[in-house]
Order: sequence, then C-alpha cells, then structure tokens
Amino acid sequence: MKKYLKSGVFILSTVPFLLILYKIFLNKLGPEPVKEITHFTGEWTLIFICLTLLMSPLKRFTKLSVWISFRRTLGLFVFFYATLHLLTYVGLDYRFSWSPILDDVLKKKYIFIGFTAWLLLLPLAITSSQKMVLLLKNNWKKLHRLIYVIAIFGSLHYIWLSKTIFFRPLVYLIIILVLLSLRIKIKNRNINYG
Amino acid sequence: MIKFKNSEITPEIIYKNRRSFIKSIGLGASSLAISTIPFVNKSLASERDKLTSYKDITTYNNYYEFGTSKSDPYRNSKTFKTTPWEIAIEGEVEKPIKLSMEEISEMFISEERIYRLRCVEGWSMVIPWMGFSLSELLSKVNPTNKAKFVEFESVYDPAQMKGQRYPVLNWPYNEGLRIDEAMHPLTTVVTGLYGKKLPNQNGAPFRIFIPWKYGFKSAKAIVKIKFVENMPTSSWMWASPREYGFYSNVNPNVDHPRWSQATERIIGEGVWAPRVKTLMFNGYGDEVANLYTGMDLKKYF
Repeated sequence: MKKYLKSGVFILSTVPFLLILYKIFLNKLGPEPVKEITHFTGEWTLIFICLTLLMSPLKRFTKLSVWISFRRTLGLFVFFYATLHLLTYVGLDYRFSWSPILDDVLKKKYIFIGFTAWLLLLPLAITSSQKMVLLLKNNWKKLHRLIYVIAIFGSLHYIWLSKTIFFRPLVYLIIILVLLSLRIKIKNRNINYG
Repeated sequence: MIKFKNSEITPEIIYKNRRSFIKSIGLGASSLAISTIPFVNKSLASERDKLTSYKDITTYNNYYEFGTSKSDPYRNSKTFKTTPWEIAIEGEVEKPIKLSMEEISEMFISEERIYRLRCVEGWSMVIPWMGFSLSELLSKVNPTNKAKFVEFESVYDPAQMKGQRYPVLNWPYNEGLRIDEAMHPLTTVVTGLYGKKLPNQNGAPFRIFIPWKYGFKSAKAIVKIKFVENMPTSSWMWASPREYGFYSNVNPNVDHPRWSQATERIIGEGVWAPRVKTLMFNGYGDEVANLYTGMDLKKYF
C-alpha cells in the first residue's frame, strides 16, 4: 500500500512539469513566455517546499507515519523545480551570458538570496539517499534542517522581486512561517520529529 | 515657455520614412555582423521594429486601477464608462480651461505614430498609436512664469476601478513632466491604436505617451493637467522613491535597484527568442538627448 502511495506522490509531482512542457510546445504561455516559465517553476518550487515541510506536522496531527515516507520524494522535487527555475533564468533567459548573470547575482539581493537557496539545496539533494542517512547518522538531521533556511530564503526571493507588496508572495511567507512555528512547539515539548 | 510651430512636429509620413531608413541601415549593418554574433544582431533591426499584435497590446497591460495582473485590465475594464469625459487644464495658468473629449477630437487631428513602449519591468512593444502632440493642447493655455512642471492626474473611481479599492498605489494615479518634456513633439496625447478607438485597458479615453521614458510615466485615463512650480511627486515615487525617479528615462546604464535594465524582451517573440539590448532613451536619443545636456542621469534617474 505504502509503495503505491509513494508512486502516486511521484507521479502527481511530475504533473506541473508535464503541464509546462505542454504549454511550451503548444505555445500557450502568452506574450511573455520566458517570464511565465520562470514564474511557474519558481512558484512550484515554493509549493513543494511547503509540502515537504507539511509532512512531519501531518504525521503528528493524524498520528500516521506514512506522511514521512513522502518527504524524500517531495524534497527531491523541490530540487528538481528549483533547478528548472535556475536553468530557465540562466539558459533560456540569459543564454548563458555569464557576465550579466554574475552582475545580477552579486548586485541584486533577490537573485543573490535565490541563488544561495539553490546552493543550499545541493548538499540536501546529494545526501538524500537512505545510504547517506545511515552514513551521516545524527548529522544528517542537522544538515537537513537547512530546508528551514531555504524556505525562508525562497519566500524572501519572491517578495523582493515583486514591484509593490502583493498578496501572493506574502501568502507563501506566512504559510512557511506557520509550518516552521509548528516545529518550535514540538521542540518545547521535547519531542524530536526533525 | 517654448512654443512649437506646427512645422516642427514631425509629420507622420516623414516619420515613417525615417523609420524605414533606420531599418534599412540596421539590416545592412546586421547582415555584415551576422557571422560574428548572430543571435543579437538578427533581432536588432528587423524584429525590434515589427509591430506588436493588436491582441498582445490590448491584453497585456500594466494598469493597476483595474488589477495588478497583466490580464486584469482587459477583463475588468470592459464596462468602464468613458463618456462624458472632461479634462481640466489648470494650476499656474492665466485662465484655466475645461475641455470635453468631443471638443478635443474636433480641435486636434490625430495621426498614426509608431513608437516603442519600454516597460520598467524589462519588456517592450511597438505600438501604432493614434494621437497628436501634447504641446498642441497645452498651447491653448498661457502658463504663468511660475510654471515649471506639468502634473497629470488620472481618474479616481473605485466603483468602476476595482484596483483602486486596495492601497497598491496612492490613488489617484499621478505623474509629471518638466515643461520642456511635456512640450516636446514626441510627447503624445493618445486617442487610438491600430486605427481604432483607444481601448479602455490602454487608457481610454485620454492618455499620454512619452516614448523615451519607461511606460509608467505615460499616465492613463487623465482628468486633470496642472501646471505647477515644484517637481510633482508621482505615484510610483511615493511607492518607492529609491526605485522610481521623476525622470525615469529609458537608460540601459542605470539599473533598477532590483533588476538590470541593460536588456529587454520583445513581446510576442516567442519562447526561444533572445533578449535584445535596451537603447538609450529607448532609441529616441537623437530627438530628446538635448533635453538633458549636462545632467547626471545616474543621479536624476
């Protein structure tokens, strides 16, 4: 049963990717297609961050451990969509012309923080296998708490790029803060869910 | 105050010819260089001056009075009432006047004016506007010697304009120009596009267009034009003075604090099209650079 559920989560997680491919090749992205792809992949990265962070609170509230088994898949999809997002910006938008990209990364705070968030995802993706969990033992848990920092950076990245204060970027920050605050409570009760 | 003779305003036909002349130079130069940097050069002259489709011009708009999403103005402005409409010209003038849209369309002859619109967000369109020089309208009043700037106030009507129910900007929308900028022949009162009546989502019934400045300087649905002594604070300056300056001339060398202005995307070019280099004064430097001689454009951004 768990195996089927896990495959289900995997298949569902590919839906946004298939949707954007469909839109690209059938020309359904509107007047500014590159921006659409950038925003789409960026937003789905944030959604997967929220989903990943939702699993351990769900386990606590429903008292079902099955949620935790989805966490690795969801976390890897965070990395997948974040990488698509980065590639859209670097490759499709800026055609790998490194000097304006480097200029942006160093001078523009929203790009700096977004790029930093992606760099922080790298060690998490590399150490995501069961083997690594066993190998790193307690350090694995510590390392993977980086997702909290990544989540905050990701939502700030969205807020800082908006022209005025818009509703949507703030919603993500609020959701992330709520999901993180649920964990603070866990700690106070001295129960460690990681 | 500088007055422009009719003959000084570039007639449409010369304007068009000049553009095709520029185009032919551009094409020649680009075919020479095509072997070196094919990507950028190809789009420099030919693609850059191609008219944007009517559909894109009328469905992809920044007009926060009708909502902050680009498709909102098209969807939410359909029932917007543009008649009756009156424009007041007042402030530091000898005799303030009020003109109805009917009077304005009788008094001034609109011509086709093809200009590039460069949005501060980094995209551009080429739009065949219908309109006439704002200077023709402004010459109907005599400004006092105190008048240094012209302020434009857009309509405030939250019952019809959903976006105004939220404090996204300080309503009503406010913009301003220096008098010499307002009197420049390229500064246009827009009454239509693609030979048709101006659609509501593009600022009907009365908007201005300043081709060498970022799009937000070109206020829509204007009800009041005011001559003033001091530099007006525009809505975007209120929202973020660090990011949006009074002048807001298109300038690839002065970045927006949060993003680069060196390049732009051409609307309607499709997903595989590259960015193109943004031109100083949006390509209108020959006509307008003299307005800013000796000014530090990094400081007065």
